[in-house]
This record gives sequence, structure tokens and C-alpha cells, in this order.
Amino acid sequence: MGETEMKAGAALEEAGRIMTICNSCRYCEGLCAVFPAMERHTTFDAGTLAHLASLCHGCGACLDDCQFAPPHEFAVNVPRTMAAARRESYAAHAWPRGTGIAFLHGGRITAAVMLASIAAFLLVLAPAMSGTRGVLAAPGAFYRLMSHQMMVAVFGLAFVYAVFAIAAGVRRFWRAGGAARAIGRTTIAVALNDAARLRYLDGGGAGCPDTQDAPRDHRKIYHHLVFYGFGLCFAATTVATLFHYVLGREAPYPFLSLPVLLGTAGGVGLVIGAPGLLFEKLRRKRDFADAAGRPLDLAFVLSLFLVGLTGLALLALRATPWAAVLLCLHLGVVLGFFLTMPYGKFVHGIWRFAALLRHAAEGQTGAAESDAAT
Amino acid sequence: MANGADLPDSIDTLVIGGGNAALCAAISARRGGASVLVLEAAPEFYRGGNTRHTRNMRCAHDSATAFLTGPYTEEEFWQDLLRVTGGETDEDLARHMIAESKDMLDWIGQQGVRFQPSLGGTLSLGRTNSFFLGGGRAMLKSLYRTAEALGVRVAYEAEVVGLDIEDGVFRAARVRRGERTVSIGARTLIAAAGGFEANTEWLRDSWGPAADNFLIRGTPYNRGTVLRLLLDAGAMPVGDPTQCHAVAIDARAPRFDGGIITRLDCVVFGVVVNANAERFYDEGEDVWPKRYAIWGRLIAAQPGQIAYIVFDAKSLGLFMPSLFPPVQANDLGSLAAKLGLDPSRFQATLAGFNAAIRDGTFDHTVLDDCRTEGLDPPKSHWARRIDTPPFYAYPVRPGITFTYLGVRVDRNARIRMQDGRPSPNMFAAGEIMAGNVLGRGYAAGIGMTIGSVFGRIAGREAARHGRN
Repeated sequence: MGETEMKAGAALEEAGRIMTICNSCRYCEGLCAVFPAMERHTTFDAGTLAHLASLCHGCGACLDDCQFAPPHEFAVNVPRTMAAARRESYAAHAWPRGTGIAFLHGGRITAAVMLASIAAFLLVLAPAMSGTRGVLAAPGAFYRLMSHQMMVAVFGLAFVYAVFAIAAGVRRFWRAGGAARAIGRTTIAVALNDAARLRYLDGGGAGCPDTQDAPRDHRKIYHHLVFYGFGLCFAATTVATLFHYVLGREAPYPFLSLPVLLGTAGGVGLVIGAPGLLFEKLRRKRDFADAAGRPLDLAFVLSLFLVGLTGLALLALRATPWAAVLLCLHLGVVLGFFLTMPYGKFVHGIWRFAALLRHAAEGQTGAAESDAAT
Repeated sequence: MANGADLPDSIDTLVIGGGNAALCAAISARRGGASVLVLEAAPEFYRGGNTRHTRNMRCAHDSATAFLTGPYTEEEFWQDLLRVTGGETDEDLARHMIAESKDMLDWIGQQGVRFQPSLGGTLSLGRTNSFFLGGGRAMLKSLYRTAEALGVRVAYEAEVVGLDIEDGVFRAARVRRGERTVSIGARTLIAAAGGFEANTEWLRDSWGPAADNFLIRGTPYNRGTVLRLLLDAGAMPVGDPTQCHAVAIDARAPRFDGGIITRLDCVVFGVVVNANAERFYDEGEDVWPKRYAIWGRLIAAQPGQIAYIVFDAKSLGLFMPSLFPPVQANDLGSLAAKLGLDPSRFQATLAGFNAAIRDGTFDHTVLDDCRTEGLDPPKSHWARRIDTPPFYAYPVRPGITFTYLGVRVDRNARIRMQDGRPSPNMFAAGEIMAGNVLGRGYAAGIGMTIGSVFGRIAGREAARHGRN
């Protein structure tokens, strides 16, 4: 898994052409991390380009400011090229080998896995559902449909697989980027801060440009809702697991219990944030977007939305006859989400964090210096 | 505004041009109470003339700021200007501009323009020049947004083809928009339409057929039509009509609008030969920016207006990268063949150069002691043998940035007529009058200072004139 193994695809090649232009210009240096990181290089191999691509948050400010953007013959479009290059590099590094094809076939694979997973739960649990009349309100009710051990086994395995596959992919990505400086506590703190605040999704402080008007891009807000919503859902599951094993209390839990409060807040974040992201994506200027990557984005955002929606619906309707079907839907969506995590847009978060970590490690120094000017 | 039909018949202040000077003038006139129409000849993407390729402005300031590393006094600014122009400047106007520049950073910031610390590779400008976040096009975007929010009307692809001027008094402009030509009357005119660097026919008047081999660093829309109309109507000229600011840029750059990324500043690292494979000037004469500003004109005087910067593996990576990779070969004969030069003459030139080197301690950041002896022309500094393969070369041509000819103005940016009196209602700002202050030479960011300061003054005075 050496540096040389990764071949530059069409998008990475275009990214190399564009970075050569940008590196001779540097006007966008103050907009985000991509350009200062670029200035540490005079030539760009595939690993470096993948790193730069993952550093790009796609805010679009540089495209709006670029004197060489289309219709100029140099046709410099950083956000779109970097989006395509990210997808190409996810595919090239996916584990196991060959699975990267998922990134090139958009959302169809995610959709298929999701549907198969829901269908499997409905089919397998259908016999058990008949005896419950659907209502799943009392403690332990869920486990009449599917034993707790079975749930832990299925979801635990899926989750461990996802974590392993993503880790293997990001490891290859990291190694392709070349040797990084030592990662200390400060570096990690800087990278965590940059990621948690989406520091570089703000057009250099002016806000991300979207339409012809003043910057007004709310992707940052919606992304925070989705990201922290997802985090809260994860926390809810973790707390529930502790409730089960440490306190011996069985789900479903009361409305005002900690797991349900966390899960509700998280679900609300997903249900508002995910459509918000889609809305902002659709109203963006078309020049900014990597059209071929749109199905992948759509599949990811929709699956997050479904995780939130089915979870909230199950909570609201757990004392009605719809509960059992909703539990199957929710479990199916969550399992589908876990299984597709390593092969969809989910990995962007992990890769971006890795890129931010490398960027923080490289520090703010080391840019090539000369006195050339206008 | 899509075609000529929706242009107004008349307006208080007509601004011709769409760059920094024009927009500062439009904003300032509008804030002064005038109704304002901006006519930009270029399509929207290419709006702003040379402003779209700028990145900073030079303003005097008494102390360090968030983005400037130290003070830059009015006197120091004046001394810098005096030095780069060799005295070809109007001291009264220049000092007035420098004094007004102190307020400019705040004013420009108030129009929505954002600044940032000096860019990588420009440490030498960190104290004197304020860099626009995102560059000139970002700066323009803020100015346009502010202007339009104030009610300034902007028409693109609106080319002024005639000016109705009687005895130094502006009446109306004829404007071509697609198929239609309309007449627009105005109480005041602000001419901020730049120079004539993209007008090859005009350049040919001074340079002859050599002008056909010049590359233009900005857009094809800087044709100088308004400058010509004003001069023909009796405006007093200023600045050398034959001169332009020319730097060495990559010969493979497009004819127009290659911008900053085609510049090459690696002359000091090697030798420069012409189409006859002969050296023609001391490559080690001086540090940037002086050397940067002279090489365009030096190459313009060479056969075919082309030259080749030749260096070896020792120097690769010591200077800013540029758009095109250098031509590369493992021996000098093959390099000459790739460049289309006579290999034996090329090798003889290089051998002569290598033999004349007196070793010293190489340091490209100072005037070091590496030089040639008994060579004509000499290389006075940074002379190292070109002997380590692979060998590299950049083909270079003159890249024209701007022209010096303009109209004379007074302290209120009023255009002066040939009888010496100021026009009552015509003003000029930016490159079209830069020659008043910058008769020759160049200092980074000074074009933007001239544009902003005189644009703001012109707008203010135009609005005042309209009220009276």
C-alpha cells in the first residue's frame, strides 16, 4: 500500500492541473486551508492531491473570486474538481479492494442495501410481530420481536465491520499523503476544533457564496444539526447499552429517560438538518457542484434523514399497532446505514478529519518563499 | 439591463469603466446624492479591467494594523514614488493622493472589501501593502454589491463609442449595446475606463510590428476608446504616449488575460538569450522589483520579441512556480534544439558565460559576490555556472500590464483641457489619469491607490457639481 500505488484518475489529474495554476497565483490563500497547504508543494502527486481534496469543504468562495474561472480559458474550478477528486480517492482507497466501485455508482448501492436490510427485518420478524398486536411500549417489549443478544450480535458485527473497513481505507489515504510530522496533543486539539466548528466552511469569513446575491449559505448550520444530531443518536445508543448492562433496565425507556431525551434531540437534528442540507445543495449555483457525486450525497443525506425519522416515529407511535412495523423499519435503516458507511459519503467526515490533522501537523510555516510580485 | 432599450436617456453622473476607480467613483457619487449609471464595456465575468488581476493596494498608515506589519509614513511613500518614477510625477497631486490614501483603507473596508495578511511569497510587501481577501475579483465583487445596494445602475457590454463635448463641457455619451446605439446625457462625466494596452493598433503606433508579439496581461477590453475620445475633444495629455509597463512573461501564455500566473521572475538564476542564442543584458544587475520591470522592455527590443531564460538543476525550486513547466533537456545541445535555437551558438554562449564566472558565495536575497569577469554584457551578481543537468529554459515575451498615457487632472480629479483650465463637469480616475502621478516605473499596489483615491474624489466632486 505504498505511495506509488495510487494512480491519478481524471479528476485527480484535473486537480493537479488546477493546483499548478493556483500555486502560481495564491490570491485565495486567506480563504481556507487548501491554499496554504498547497503552497507547501511545488509538484503534486496523487496522495497530496487527495489530501488537498479532502481539506476542501466546498464552500465555493475561491470559485467566486477566481479571475481564471470559467468562462476563462484556464477554466479553474476548485470546489467542483476537488469534490470529484475526493470521490475518486475514496474509491481508490476503499477496503477491501474492489469495493470502491460503490463510490462511482452513486446512491444505487446504498439504496439497494438499505431496502434489502429493511426487507430482511420485515420478513424475519413478521412471525414474531403477529403475537404482539404491534404495540411495543412496555419494558422489554422490543426483545419479544428480536432478542437483545441477537440485536447486539447483528448491529455489533455490522458496526465493527464498518469501523474496520473505514479505518483500513483512511489508513491507505493517510499513507498515500506521505510521511506526516509527529501528531501531538496540540495538533489533535487544533484539528478537532477546526472540524467541530467547520472552520473552513465560511468563505474566509465572509460566508459561503451561493447565488448571485450576498453570501447566504446555511449549510454550516444544517451540517451542525446533522453532525451533532448523529452524535446524540450515537450517545443515546451508548447510554441505553449502559442502562441495559449496568442498571439492568430494558428498552423501551420512558420519554424523560436519558437515552430517549438524547435520541429525540438527535433525531430532531437529523430530521431538520438533512433536508436543510439537501435544500442548500439544490439551490447552490450549479458550477460549484460535482454533478456525478450528487446521487452519493443524496443517498447519504436521505439515509441520515430516515434514521432520524424512523426513530422519532417509533418513539411517537410505540403504543400504537404501528410500532412493530416501525421497529423493523428503524432497525433496517440503521443496519443499512452501518453497512454502507464505508462505501458512501459518510467517509468524508473521517477523511476530512485526517486531512485537517495533517494540515494542523504541518503548521502554518513551510510555504515556499520568494519575492515575486505583481 | 440586457440591451440598449433599458438604458436611461439621462442621469446625474455617468461613470465609464467598471474597475476599482469606476466603482469607488460611483459609490462616492451615489453617497453624495447623485443618480449614477456605470457603463462597463466588458461582459460581467470580465468586468473591472485590470482590477480583476490585482491583489493589493498601497496606502500610507502611521502604525501597524491587523494586517500590516508596521507603519508606512506619507514621507516614505513619497520617497518610494519619487524613486520608482525617477521624478516623473506631479508632486502636488502625488502628495495629495498619498495624504488621502491614509483614509482609504478604512473607506474601502466600509464598502465591504475584506483584507488579509500579505500572501506567501510577498513578505517584502507585508508592511506597505494591504492585500484583498480573495484578490481583486473579490474586491470588485464587494464594491459592485455595495454600489448596487445603494442604487447605482450598472450596464455590462455597454461600450462608449462617442462623447459629446463642447468647449470642455460634457453633454452626452453614445453607447453601443449589442445592435443598438443610444445617447445618454449626464450632468457630470467620470472617465475611469483604463488605458489602451489591449489595443494592438494603437501600440503599433509606437512599437511598430513588434507590438503584434506583445502579450497583454489583462482583458481584451482595455482598448483606450474613452482616452482617445477625451484627447480628441481637447483634454490635456499626460505621460509618455509611447510607453507601457512591460514585464517578462511566459511566451506560451494566451494573448490576453493570462494575469499573474504567467509571470516569470527567475532571470537572476540563469542567463537570458535571444533568438540568436546571444545574451543581451546583465541578468544580475539589480534586485526585484527593478529587474522585474525592465525585462519586458528589454525583450521587446530583441528580434521577434522573444527570449529564453536558461538555468540548470541547481536553481530549480528556488523561485515561485508558474503556470507552464520549463522546457527541459539533459544536455545544452538538446535544449537548444527544443527551443529552436542554433545549438552550436547556444553552447558557445553558455561556454563563454561559464568560463567568465568568478566564484563567490551565492545568495539570491542580497546583491551577492558571484559575478562574471571580462564578459560583455556582464552578469554582476548571482552568476553561477550552468553545468548541472537537467537544463531548463522558459521562453519569454513582453507582457504588457498598463500604458502611461492619460489625461491631466487637478486635485479634484477634474480633467484639464489643453488651455490649462479644468473642465467644469468632467472627471477622471484610475489608469486613464495614472500618468499624472506615475509618469514611469511601478510600485506594487499603486495603481489601486490611484484608482481608489481619485475615484472617491471624482465621485464626491461630481455629486457636488450636480447639486450646484
